[in-house]
Amino acid sequence: MSKDMYDVMILGAGAAGLTAGIYSSRAKLNTLILNEGAVGGQMVLTHEIANYPGVENISGYALANIMKKQARDFGCAIKSNVKVSRYGFEGNVKEVELEDGRTFKAKTVIVAPGGRPRPLGIPGEDAFKGKGISYCATCDGDFFTGKELVVVGGGNSALEEAVSLTKYATKVTIVHQFDHFQAFAHAIKEAKENPKISFVMESELREVKGNENVESVVIENLKTGERSEMKTDGVFVFIGYLPNTESLQGTVPMNERGEIVVDPLMKTSIPGVFAAGDSITKRFRQVTTAVADGTIAALSAAEFIRTSEVS
Amino acid sequence: MKMLQTNLQEVETAADLQKLLEENENVMVCCGRMGPMCIPVYEVMEEIEDEYTNVKFAVMAFDSPEAGVIRNAPECRGFMGLPFTMYYKNGKVVKATSSIQNFKQVTNILDENFGKN
Repeated sequence: MSKDMYDVMILGAGAAGLTAGIYSSRAKLNTLILNEGAVGGQMVLTHEIANYPGVENISGYALANIMKKQARDFGCAIKSNVKVSRYGFEGNVKEVELEDGRTFKAKTVIVAPGGRPRPLGIPGEDAFKGKGISYCATCDGDFFTGKELVVVGGGNSALEEAVSLTKYATKVTIVHQFDHFQAFAHAIKEAKENPKISFVMESELREVKGNENVESVVIENLKTGERSEMKTDGVFVFIGYLPNTESLQGTVPMNERGEIVVDPLMKTSIPGVFAAGDSITKRFRQVTTAVADGTIAALSAAEFIRTSEVS
Repeated sequence: MKMLQTNLQEVETAADLQKLLEENENVMVCCGRMGPMCIPVYEVMEEIEDEYTNVKFAVMAFDSPEAGVIRNAPECRGFMGLPFTMYYKNGKVVKATSSIQNFKQVTNILDENFGKN
């Protein structure tokens, strides 16, 4: 079992975690990033980023790779695809243990686990993933050329992707739990004016059915409780994101949505523990806001180390 | 011409794929695009490439006409999500998956079909 000691340990390698790694390692702090998934987080899932200041057009994958290289070039260690089994954030020395038994210690921790697309969580969803259930219209839309689709959700992603799917599908039915949409007015207008799109409001999917591929969905009307079965060839799911904080429950303060509570300096209420990115309480989740969070968290962590050593 | 910006070997033709299968006992090929469902699988492959020395890892561009050898494979019948990921042993398909797969799903398939390295 190894016991490595760092100045800053960052949990997560999305835009926030990598930025914190860049700032922290450039400040000559011994920095480690531990990441449970692929480096880059949600950023690599973005086909094209056109509004990152100073960069006219770049894929999320390319931007993530540049950030990773910057962090490594400044001396930051990155260990990805690891699974944390235990967190120890109390006390002056923070500690995490991995499933493989390795233990890492640090003076400070920056928690930046990011988020993931929210799944439906209904029977049939896992079984038909890649066989009619999709979370990416750009990726899988052309498999549904000439077919009928259901889109689940009522935000910008759902309505915009429903419109884009009409390039392929003969009919798109949007199923949404409320009687109104949360999307911007222009996205609602475009969807409503599209003759291929119809709407089933105040309803939720309860099951996805089929044999080899998706063949139908069971829809429940939330007002009446009535269930009906509708034939469809595919289901596209756009119902928002979940913070990746389940394993952190009880270790850092969170709100009722599982988002980590921080102050403007990205401090949690635990001394030496900071948080940044899509998993914290905030209104806008963009690459730029995650980068800002990561910067602030790293500078706050550096200040914490400096003042702790002085006192 | 290479179409995928990864650090993995890119197979550009069906003949190259056949050669790869003939020269390697265990092969994993991820056939996709530079999209949100495919990139995480490439990342996992890049991460484990050095660890799984008994497996040859490669990618193939889904939109290349040459990728028809994977797109139209019987094991991919009914697949409606990118990427199509193929696992070959001695040239035969032992497993095929559709859509995004995480680290554990990929390594489980490798361990089950090719043995733990």
